[in-house]
Amino acid sequence: MTMPLMRPKRKNPVLRTPQMNLPPGARGRVALGMTAAAAEGRFELQACAECGAVQYPPREACHRCLSADLRWQRQSGAGELLSVTTLSHSNDNFFRERLPWRLGLVKLDNGPTLVTHVHGEVAGSGARVVVGARLDRAGQAVLIAFPPEGSEHMADDKVLREMTSDPKLRKVLVTDGKSPTGQALARALIGAGADIVWLGHAEPWKKMPGFAEVAALPQVTPVALDLTNERSVSELAGEIGGKVDIVINNAEVHRTAGIAARRGTDVARAEMDVNYFGLLRLAQAFAPALKGRSADGVLNATAWVNILSIYALANFPPHGTFSASKAAALSLAQCLRAEMRPAGVRVINVFPGPVDDEWNQNLPPPKLAPSALAAAVVRALKDGVEDVYPGDVAQEWLARWRENPKVLERELAAGGL
Amino acid sequence: MRRRLGYEGVAVTAPVTVPYVRYSTHGAHWFIGQALRSLVKTAGIAKDDIDGLTVSSFSLVPDTAVGVTQHMGLSPRWLDHIPTGGASGVMSLRRAARAVQAGDADIVACVAADTNHVDSFRATLGSFSDFARDATYPYGSGGPNSIFAFVTANFMRRYGATREDFGRIAVAQRANALKNPNALFKKPLSMEEYIAARPISEPIHLFDCVMPCAGAEAFLVMREERARDLGLPYVLVRGAIERHNAFADDPVMERGGWLMDRDDLYAQAGATPADVDFLQPYDDYPVIVMLQLEDLGFCGKGEGPAFVRTQRLTHDGDLPVNTSGGQLSAGQAGAAGGFLGMTEAIRQLTGQAGARSVPAARLGLVSGFGMVTFDRCLCTGAVLLGSPS
Repeated sequence: MTMPLMRPKRKNPVLRTPQMNLPPGARGRVALGMTAAAAEGRFELQACAECGAVQYPPREACHRCLSADLRWQRQSGAGELLSVTTLSHSNDNFFRERLPWRLGLVKLDNGPTLVTHVHGEVAGSGARVVVGARLDRAGQAVLIAFPPEGSEHMADDKVLREMTSDPKLRKVLVTDGKSPTGQALARALIGAGADIVWLGHAEPWKKMPGFAEVAALPQVTPVALDLTNERSVSELAGEIGGKVDIVINNAEVHRTAGIAARRGTDVARAEMDVNYFGLLRLAQAFAPALKGRSADGVLNATAWVNILSIYALANFPPHGTFSASKAAALSLAQCLRAEMRPAGVRVINVFPGPVDDEWNQNLPPPKLAPSALAAAVVRALKDGVEDVYPGDVAQEWLARWRENPKVLERELAAGGL
Repeated sequence: MRRRLGYEGVAVTAPVTVPYVRYSTHGAHWFIGQALRSLVKTAGIAKDDIDGLTVSSFSLVPDTAVGVTQHMGLSPRWLDHIPTGGASGVMSLRRAARAVQAGDADIVACVAADTNHVDSFRATLGSFSDFARDATYPYGSGGPNSIFAFVTANFMRRYGATREDFGRIAVAQRANALKNPNALFKKPLSMEEYIAARPISEPIHLFDCVMPCAGAEAFLVMREERARDLGLPYVLVRGAIERHNAFADDPVMERGGWLMDRDDLYAQAGATPADVDFLQPYDDYPVIVMLQLEDLGFCGKGEGPAFVRTQRLTHDGDLPVNTSGGQLSAGQAGAAGGFLGMTEAIRQLTGQAGARSVPAARLGLVSGFGMVTFDRCLCTGAVLLGSPS
């Protein structure tokens, strides 16, 4: 049983806020294949396409038949804990600050032996376990042995919490509370146990449906925030920057036009001003504060979420300028991720397909319900993944894009979805 | 398999030790230089008489053995770089012996040396191997401690070994070390102190771990006639084996490659374990000493715990084990730890072991074990050394 996480005592303001020491983050190029899969929530190992052998650690040839044709293959992770040790000493500061730390030697049912972190609910050696891959605070895949069935509060395990960004008891900024997605995010975060949700709203005199109800929830505090206004962003950062644990940037401008359908660049500029420059302003104001608090106890600053679009991968011509602004935002988000990594703050990019809102009114179903998008964001925070493609449309686009980006481009140009 | 050529006529001589220090501001080259100087002086030869060289070192990087030749002004006609840690002693001797037999070299200097700066050990761990970087160091960064904790815990569970059993090995080796002037540990170790030591990586406690230090060990390999002409006390190679990545399918290490080749080893010497007067096993952790007792045939698989309960392991005991104190009590000077058993065995068999002598020793066994790249040690080897009859 994992003890449920309790609200920690108020911190001593005299003491220096602990700084982050990342766990060892160096990996070889081959081993990064495991990180790539874990970034999307999958546990994959190398399997030989010729003889079928599954192997670990990752390597450049099949250890059984020497084939170089090695594919990343999803694993069930079922296995047995052969041996377990509790470290009372470590050569690395990250672990030194978190001792004692339990490690296991696990034999997977399909062959390889692994060294893993061990969830607190796993009993001693001989226990059945299910190994999963998670990103650690350095952003690299690590393996963790879970019990086959966890208890209610298993997410609160000390080891697992180092690899996730659970919103429970945390303070979250959602940048746009006026959209259906923003309101769904607020409700989902409260459902996941968030302590405070700061809900941004630009132009407060404009009343949008649903906002008043969400703003009235006890955990919600509406805050004035206009991402097109640097001053507005930095004023809010001055006010709450030192307290925010999770930033979710869902503010966006979405208009439905390509190049020829409009004259001038005003609309495209407005999209870029929020979708791209808005992210840049937000990151310049809030990222330093998050980085400074990334090791601040059990309720540390932990994650930054960008609601992008599946159109960031390939331009959808009917929404051409919007696609371009999201592609720009994706590129900037990768930069942000690299800059947040030294502090161990996770940057999660969410790539939804068309959301069921006013700007996608003319698109055929299936469309992603705002509540489903919000649920996917909360799940990503809890699972500690880095890239999320929620909904059937996004999943299909992703598969087609991975298969052949050029073919997808041609299909989209021909009016396909 | 074709029967191998014997090691007849190969002499091993001039065991030298560059005194161990916990930390040194010198580089690995300094220790190699002092070891070579000591070899030349001990053997009474000219530096240029060394026409073969093996070098074993971790802290030598980015140099290898070839860089050492220029650094030291040597011009050997045979060279080998053997960076295999705990197995480097056995492996160097085997290679040097063949070079001498074949006439590729007349006098081979086998040198193992490492320096140790304050942060060397930590810096070595994460970059020790690709597998360590990818698959063990990010897990607690305990270095080999956590891997051998798995091996030890598994061994205890499978075969009923207790911490006291491992303690018997550590305590006996400390008693030996007190008679070795070069050992870094100078205080006796009691079983109570061993048991009460702080945990490092359960069930590994402080006195199960070696202390990294700086130092060097070296010896010379030449034809028997040459050693006799030089008037050097020497030992002969009675048999030698080596194996890598043995029993790779064992999910957790319970046995080593010695088990695969030990019949060959004893057959080369026409001997049995009962004929062995002392054993110098590689001792990065006591459990590995126990594995060698089993896998080299001093007792059966799983009988190691019972063996150490009844046998005295001190230099004057029933089966003297690591008469120098071993790495556990002398210190682990990097790759020189893989040579420690070899120089000690030569000293024992040539009457140079002083207060820690094994009475009337004629045949000694030196075994090596090296390189934890992921979840186990990969290299194993063993050499039987005998006094010339």
